[in-house]
Amino acid sequence: MSATGLRDRVADLGDRDVGLVLAVLAVIYVVYVLAGVVFGYSLRGQLNSIANLTFYIGVFGMLALALNLHWGYTGLFNIGVVGFMGIGVYVTSVITKPPVAQGGAAQVGGFGLPLAVGVVGGVLAAALFGLLVALPALRLRADYLAIVTIAFSEIVRFTMMSRTFQTFQVPDTVLGIDLAADTVGLGGGGGLILNYPSPLEALLRTLFLWDPYLGFVGFVESNLIANNPKPVVDGVVYGLVLLLVVGLYYWLLTWTGKSPFGRVLKAIREDEDVANALGKDTNRFKLKSFVLGCALMGLGGILWYAGRGSITPPSFRPNITFFVWIALIIGGAGSNTGSFLGGAVFAALLYEGPRYFKNLVEAALDLGDGPGSFGQAMAAVGSLDPVPFFVYTLNSISQLRLVIMGVVLIWLMHNRPEGMLGHRKETASTIDLSRPDRRDAPEEAAATDGGERP
Amino acid sequence: MSEADESAEDPAIPVEDAAVDRSTPLEVEGLRKTFGGIVAVDDVSFEVEKGTLTGLIGPNGAGKSTTFNLITGMHDPDDGAVRFNGEDITGLAPHEIANRGLARTFQIARELEEMTVLENMMLAPKGQVGESLWRSVTPGLRNDVRSQELDQLERVWEVLDFFEIDHLAEEYAGNLSGGQRKLLEMGRALLTDPDVLLLDEPFAGVNPSLEKRLLAHVHELREQGYTFLIVEHDMDLIMNNCERVIVMHQGRILKDGTPTEVKQSEDVIEAYLGGEV
Amino acid sequence: MGVSETYVRGRRLVVDQPLAIVVGLIGLWMAWFLAAGLAAGRVQFHDVAALLWDGLLRGLIVGLAGIGLSMTYSILNFANFSHGDYITAGAFSGWAVTYLLAGLGEADVGSLLLVGAGGSVFGGALGIGVTTSPIAVAAGAVVAGVATVALALVIDRVVYRPIRDESGITLLITSIGVAFALRYLLVFVFGTDVRGTTAAGFVPRASVPVVDGTVRVTAHDATLLVVSVGLMLGVHLLLQRTKLGKAMRAMSDNEDLARITGIPTERVVRATWIIGGGLTGVAGYMFVLWKGTLGFNDGWLLLLLIFAAVILGGIGSIYGAIGGGIIIGVTASTSVIWVPSEFGRAAAFMVMIVILLFKPKGIFGGRTTA
Repeated sequence: MSATGLRDRVADLGDRDVGLVLAVLAVIYVVYVLAGVVFGYSLRGQLNSIANLTFYIGVFGMLALALNLHWGYTGLFNIGVVGFMGIGVYVTSVITKPPVAQGGAAQVGGFGLPLAVGVVGGVLAAALFGLLVALPALRLRADYLAIVTIAFSEIVRFTMMSRTFQTFQVPDTVLGIDLAADTVGLGGGGGLILNYPSPLEALLRTLFLWDPYLGFVGFVESNLIANNPKPVVDGVVYGLVLLLVVGLYYWLLTWTGKSPFGRVLKAIREDEDVANALGKDTNRFKLKSFVLGCALMGLGGILWYAGRGSITPPSFRPNITFFVWIALIIGGAGSNTGSFLGGAVFAALLYEGPRYFKNLVEAALDLGDGPGSFGQAMAAVGSLDPVPFFVYTLNSISQLRLVIMGVVLIWLMHNRPEGMLGHRKETASTIDLSRPDRRDAPEEAAATDGGERP
Repeated sequence: MSEADESAEDPAIPVEDAAVDRSTPLEVEGLRKTFGGIVAVDDVSFEVEKGTLTGLIGPNGAGKSTTFNLITGMHDPDDGAVRFNGEDITGLAPHEIANRGLARTFQIARELEEMTVLENMMLAPKGQVGESLWRSVTPGLRNDVRSQELDQLERVWEVLDFFEIDHLAEEYAGNLSGGQRKLLEMGRALLTDPDVLLLDEPFAGVNPSLEKRLLAHVHELREQGYTFLIVEHDMDLIMNNCERVIVMHQGRILKDGTPTEVKQSEDVIEAYLGGEV
Repeated sequence: MGVSETYVRGRRLVVDQPLAIVVGLIGLWMAWFLAAGLAAGRVQFHDVAALLWDGLLRGLIVGLAGIGLSMTYSILNFANFSHGDYITAGAFSGWAVTYLLAGLGEADVGSLLLVGAGGSVFGGALGIGVTTSPIAVAAGAVVAGVATVALALVIDRVVYRPIRDESGITLLITSIGVAFALRYLLVFVFGTDVRGTTAAGFVPRASVPVVDGTVRVTAHDATLLVVSVGLMLGVHLLLQRTKLGKAMRAMSDNEDLARITGIPTERVVRATWIIGGGLTGVAGYMFVLWKGTLGFNDGWLLLLLIFAAVILGGIGSIYGAIGGGIIIGVTASTSVIWVPSEFGRAAAFMVMIVILLFKPKGIFGGRTTA
């Protein structure tokens, strides 16, 4: 009775969230598949499109979840997200890249360690820098913390670009350990070529799934996609891996939130003095929250970029940070489910959507090349021909989507600052908090619950 | 306030009991604090006896809240010392002081708005193992957290019942009325299991019937052995309910004694009639 | 000073002290490094002077643009992250006019108004410079100011006014949205290319002798100096001598009080945007005239330096913004003496972070807006 009732309610809450997430994802995927049908995509095209979409849903979902720990739970205004991502992936690369042979002067190598070591190193480095920023900066008020964190992320980017850190000579032995590495570094403005086995391959090999996986690719080749299906399958499977990692983030952060620890974080967000007056060492809690969030951002950065052929400093501009913020605000700061949904909706609608819209229009109407500049477009409007302007607009969609993002952000702050799922009661406790001795009286308990979910 | 005579009939009015232990858990000595050249608190010394209700009154700007903030570590005193249960706690951080058993409420009730009343309450208990991040997210250890939380929950509901705000348990604290927030805050402070409770204007902005209820709660708790130091600027209320009254004026202690003594003090009368009330 | 007080201070400073000591040691090392370098001839006096001059001019731009940011920060209580894009918008509008006036008859109007988008016209080819086309430059500067005022007022009306009473953080996040929308609208119209705007070869220059060499001073340096100092003096007079200035200062101290005492706050807010916007637009124009290139990221890249200046000088203080701007400019420029040149901006940011940590109210004793 009591125990089952409790379990049912927990399951009910879980179901609602799972249902909501699945419904949103289903809508997104159906729309994308339909768009693919309109484009006349082959199976390969459809899968590519799905893989791409899943990738961005995964990374934005992860990063929004991590940011939610900072902002949604603890009220820490971190706008240096991309800095921690960059630290993560750069450190991973330096650890994992194979060493260059003596004499390969211009090349930048790495330490040639396994990718797993690199990932752990990257996450730890992001956490360490998080600690470095947090120790002095967490006592600042929100807007100052914002400025410090964005300045930090820019300093990270300058460091990536700098000639000073472009290459280092590594001594042959350190503390008696013979190092394979010779020349390592951050690569300067040219970035780093990620010439190590793909993360997917490394993961599958670790799990002893590499051979079955190759077998599966062979199966796809002989039955579904005749010509070189591996990149497509890789993409889809990597997307699935990302979703799995999002699940882990969600689980970790939900447990973090739904606990006495999370309760203190919430209290800090609401009023730090009160938490202090209740005997909570708020600085420690803020520190832990910030460092954990930074580590997760570092991992997010690794999963985003480590599978690419190369990384360059311009990828780590503050724009990415603001993307993650917009995702979080769409979903609703304070709610983990909302954070993931925000990430998914942002990725599908604002990040990838406009490009699809453009392709869709171009597939529907044959518009030709269009004018090369705004002036030519306007000139045509002057002579009462709106088509060139329209085409110019479509061609500028990758820039205009940032305008759209800005407008969406303004609209949200005006009309729905709590986002999709903000203000929702995700009670910060490991247990159900309704009156213990009333569990036997279901009607009454239900009545008390009435107001739980708006 | 006109409710004074009603309170006077309250059965819980302090009765001198010779058997009560007369130790002094809270001692303040020579506290001094200046803000940019203005002396907010000047050479303030007093003691609070165990199991008593002590009132700290004075006109606005007399330095009452600053004194509170100095005691609870929100401000560092420029000079002087605060001793709690014999230990020098001067200059400790607020959370360290709270953890030693000195709880406080705030002048303007500072509930945690976007947390439910239950979450507010569950936050308060000390020594929660689940406040370790590690324990909260490790599957095996999380069970310890759960069982401790279940124990806590019983106590939380007792307190909710005691303050008669159990029907609001699932509400966001931000949706509570001013008086309900005061109850919530006092309940929350109580859940930290304190020896001494510092209440900063607990009756400000509270309607008369709720005021009576709050007072009754305070008296009941005092009889259970809790010690109270209450800041108020409503003189009658303090006079009728406290066994000892400390009057502050312009940062200094003007008078320290029984309500009768204070009422007869020339200085106090002048401060209250001369200055704004 | 009692023993207990020292003890208390000591306790609270346990975390800060190592940092403070490190900062102090770095300062000492820098002074020693410079002195030793100068003595040994490793660092040349005229190089230092040139860096100082460059830093001063950079700082004037930062300070001029910072006045507006500082005013909105204290009067409207939020950190405006779109301020940098006001600078860019001002620069583009002003330079469109300058191109038009300087190039009328030499190229088609569309290309001129788009400031030579896509390489259709080059500022150098039009011979733009303060001596070669003074009217075009003057008109451009004025239009930059006016256009930015109009832009700031429109954005305030549409975006900020409806949420005037929200928290500073809500406004801050909103301003990030404004920054995005504005910046990429500019890209939509003017394109992403960074164009050269002045005929650098035709700018008159003078060599000023310094101990062991010379420092080059151009006519554009001088123009920037004159215009920015002139505008700063103008703002000073405005705030000290007029009723409006008094109201603005009152409101930056306490908005509620100002409202009660009958200061028409919306009018003050409008005046804030007008003064701040105007200075910001002109700063953007002068920045481009001085450095000779124009791109859509110019203002955004300047923004963090401006924040650094405003915080350094104390939010709400226009003199602080100017002083802070000059310190930040000089820091960014002269830092190459000690650190690799690619860390010039990073050095300025570090100064800002250190100030935030140790003197969050700014070094000129400004006040914060809670």
